[in-house]
Amino acid sequence: MPELVVQLTRAGFLALLWLFVLAALRVVRSDLYAASGVRTELPPSKRDKKQPKSRGGGGGKQPRQLIVTHGALAGTRIALDDRPILIGRADDSTLVLDDDYASTRHARLSMRGSDWYVEDLGSTNGTYLDRAKVTAPLRVPLGVPIRIGKTVIELRP
Amino acid sequence: MSSPVDTSPGTGSGPTRKLPTRRGTELLMLAFATVIITFALMLVDANQGQELTLSIVWYGLSYLGVFTVAHVAVRYFAPYADPLILPCVALLNGIGLVMIYRIDLASAERAAQQDIAFTPDAPRQVVWTVIALALFLAVLVLIKDHRTLTRYAYTCGLLGFFALALPGLLPASVSEVNGAKVWVRIGPLGLQPGEFAKILLLIFFAAFLVSKRDLFMSAGKRVLGIEWPRPRDLGPIVLATGAALAIFVLLKDLGQALLLFGMVLMLIYVATERAIWIFVGLVPFAAGCVIAYNLFTHVQQRTRNWLDPLATYDEPGGGYQNAQALFGLGTGGVAGTGLGAGRPEMVPLSKTDFIAAAIGEEIGFIGLASVLMVYLILAMRGMRGALAVRDTFGKLLGGGLAFAITMQVFVVVGGVTSLIPMTGMTAPFLSYGGSSLLANYILVALLLRISDAARRPQQGGRPRGEQQKTPLSDTGTVLVERPS
Repeated sequence: MPELVVQLTRAGFLALLWLFVLAALRVVRSDLYAASGVRTELPPSKRDKKQPKSRGGGGGKQPRQLIVTHGALAGTRIALDDRPILIGRADDSTLVLDDDYASTRHARLSMRGSDWYVEDLGSTNGTYLDRAKVTAPLRVPLGVPIRIGKTVIELRP
Repeated sequence: MSSPVDTSPGTGSGPTRKLPTRRGTELLMLAFATVIITFALMLVDANQGQELTLSIVWYGLSYLGVFTVAHVAVRYFAPYADPLILPCVALLNGIGLVMIYRIDLASAERAAQQDIAFTPDAPRQVVWTVIALALFLAVLVLIKDHRTLTRYAYTCGLLGFFALALPGLLPASVSEVNGAKVWVRIGPLGLQPGEFAKILLLIFFAAFLVSKRDLFMSAGKRVLGIEWPRPRDLGPIVLATGAALAIFVLLKDLGQALLLFGMVLMLIYVATERAIWIFVGLVPFAAGCVIAYNLFTHVQQRTRNWLDPLATYDEPGGGYQNAQALFGLGTGGVAGTGLGAGRPEMVPLSKTDFIAAAIGEEIGFIGLASVLMVYLILAMRGMRGALAVRDTFGKLLGGGLAFAITMQVFVVVGGVTSLIPMTGMTAPFLSYGGSSLLANYILVALLLRISDAARRPQQGGRPRGEQQKTPLSDTGTVLVERPS
C-alpha cells in the first residue's frame, strides 16, 4: 500500500474508535434526560428550571412525581400515573425501602379523582403526613413530607 | 437516539405511557462496532501483505450476525436493558479477536521460519465467543428476574468456593500451567473455574450482605468513633474472604485474590455506605501484602520486576515480560505503529495477559485510551443500572459486577504499564481464553438483566405485582377526608 494510504487509514481507524466512544457518550447524555420510571437526581434541564417558579403558590398543580427527599433512597423519583404506589420493604413494592423502621407493607399512595391519598397499611412504626400520624387515608397536598421510618417522600408537580 | 424523549415526568403520567426501550440504538451501535472491527481486520491484512479479499466482508457480516442474535434475544427477553452494554462488549471482543488474529499471523510466520508446527488461536477464540454468546442467551432466558438468585445464594457460595478450591485439590498435571494452579484440564479442553467462582461468590456476598445489612448498619458497639458490627455477623464474611484468599495464595494466583478482596470490600462499602470500611479493610490488605511478600519468592520477584524491569531482565522469571511490554508501548507511542505494522508478538503472552501492550503498540496511546474509555462506559452503565434498580440485592450485585470489570482492567492494564506489579489476569473480553470469555459474558448477561429491571416500568411485568394488587391494595378501605 502507498505510504499515504497507510497513514490515512491509521488515523482513520483511531478516529473511528473515538467516534464510537463519542456516540456512546451521546447515548449516555440523551439517556440522562430520557424518561424512566425511577430517576436519580439530575442537573435540572431547561424545562425543570421553569417549573418550580410557576409552581410557587402550589394551587391547582397536579402532582406528577414522587421524590424521596431523605433516607437511603434520597434522590429517587417515581413518575406518577394513576396506579397506586406501594411503599415498604417487600420486594414487589413500587418503592422498595430498606429501612429498619419500615414495615414490609408500610403505606400506600393512591389516586382518587385528581387527588392523591396516603394510607397506612398497618405498619409498626406508623406513617406521618407532615406531623400528623396517618390513621385514615389522608389527602396529600403538593410538597408536604410523608415520613416512613427514616425515609421522607414528597409529591411534586 | 438523540431526542430526549418524554423528558418531563409530567408527560409521563397516564396508564398507556410507553418508555423507549432504545433497542434501535443498540442495534445501531452494534453496526458501528462491526464497521470498526471490519476496518481493523482490513488494516491488519493490508499491512501484513495479505491479499484483500471479499472474505473480510463476510467475516464482518458473520460477526454482526452473531451479535444480532444476541441483540434479538435482548430485545425479546430484556427489552428495557441498557442499550450500550452489548455494543461495548461487542467492540472489545472484536478488537481482541482482531489482535489475536494479527498475532497469529506473526507467530505463524515465525513458526514457518523455524519449522515448527503452529496452530492459530483466533479460530478457537471465535468458537469460544460463540459458545459464550450461547451461554449469555441461556442466562438471559433462564434468569427472568435477578432477585430469584437470592434463593440460591448459599448454593452459589458453596459452588463458588468449591470451584475455587478445585484446581488446588487436583494433581498438578491437571491443574498447573505456567506455575499457576488455576486450571482444570480434561484432554485438550481447559477451563479456569476461578473465573466462574468470581460471579458465584459475588452473588453470595451480595445476598448475604442484603440479609445482614440491618445488623451491619445498626447493631454493635461504638469504639474509636466507629460502630463495629457484632463479630458473629461479620464473622462469616471475614471467614469467607480469608478462605478465598488462602485458596488463591495456595493456587499462586495473586490477581484473582486481589480481585476477590477488592470486590468484597466494595460490596461492604456499598451496603453500609461507610467509607470507614475501606480503611478498615485496607489494614488486613496491607498485612496480607507484607506476609505474601515475605512468604512467596514469586511475589518478591514480581515486585522487583515492577520496580526495575531492566535490572532483572535476564533472570528466569525476571523483568523480561514487563520490559518487553514497556518496549512495545514505547514503540507504539502516541499514535501507534498502525494495525498489523508493529511487532506485538515480541511481547510474551501477548494474546492473554499482555494484550494491552499489543494493542498499545499497534494503535498507540490514542487507541488504547479509547479502548479504556469503552471499558469505562461499560462499567458506568453497569453502575447506573445498579443505582436505578429498586431492590438492594440488585444494587449490590450490579455494583459488584460492574466493579469486577473495572478492577480486572485496572489490575491487568496497571500491570502491563508497570503502574502496579504484574499479576496474571486476563483483560475482560480482549484476552484469548475461553473461561474468561464465558464468565464475562455471564457477567454481562446479569448486568443487562439488572439494567432491564431498573428501567422497566414499575408495575407491568412484575412477577408478583399482579397477584398482590387484589388482596392488599383493592381491599375495602374507605377513603375519608380528615376534617382540617
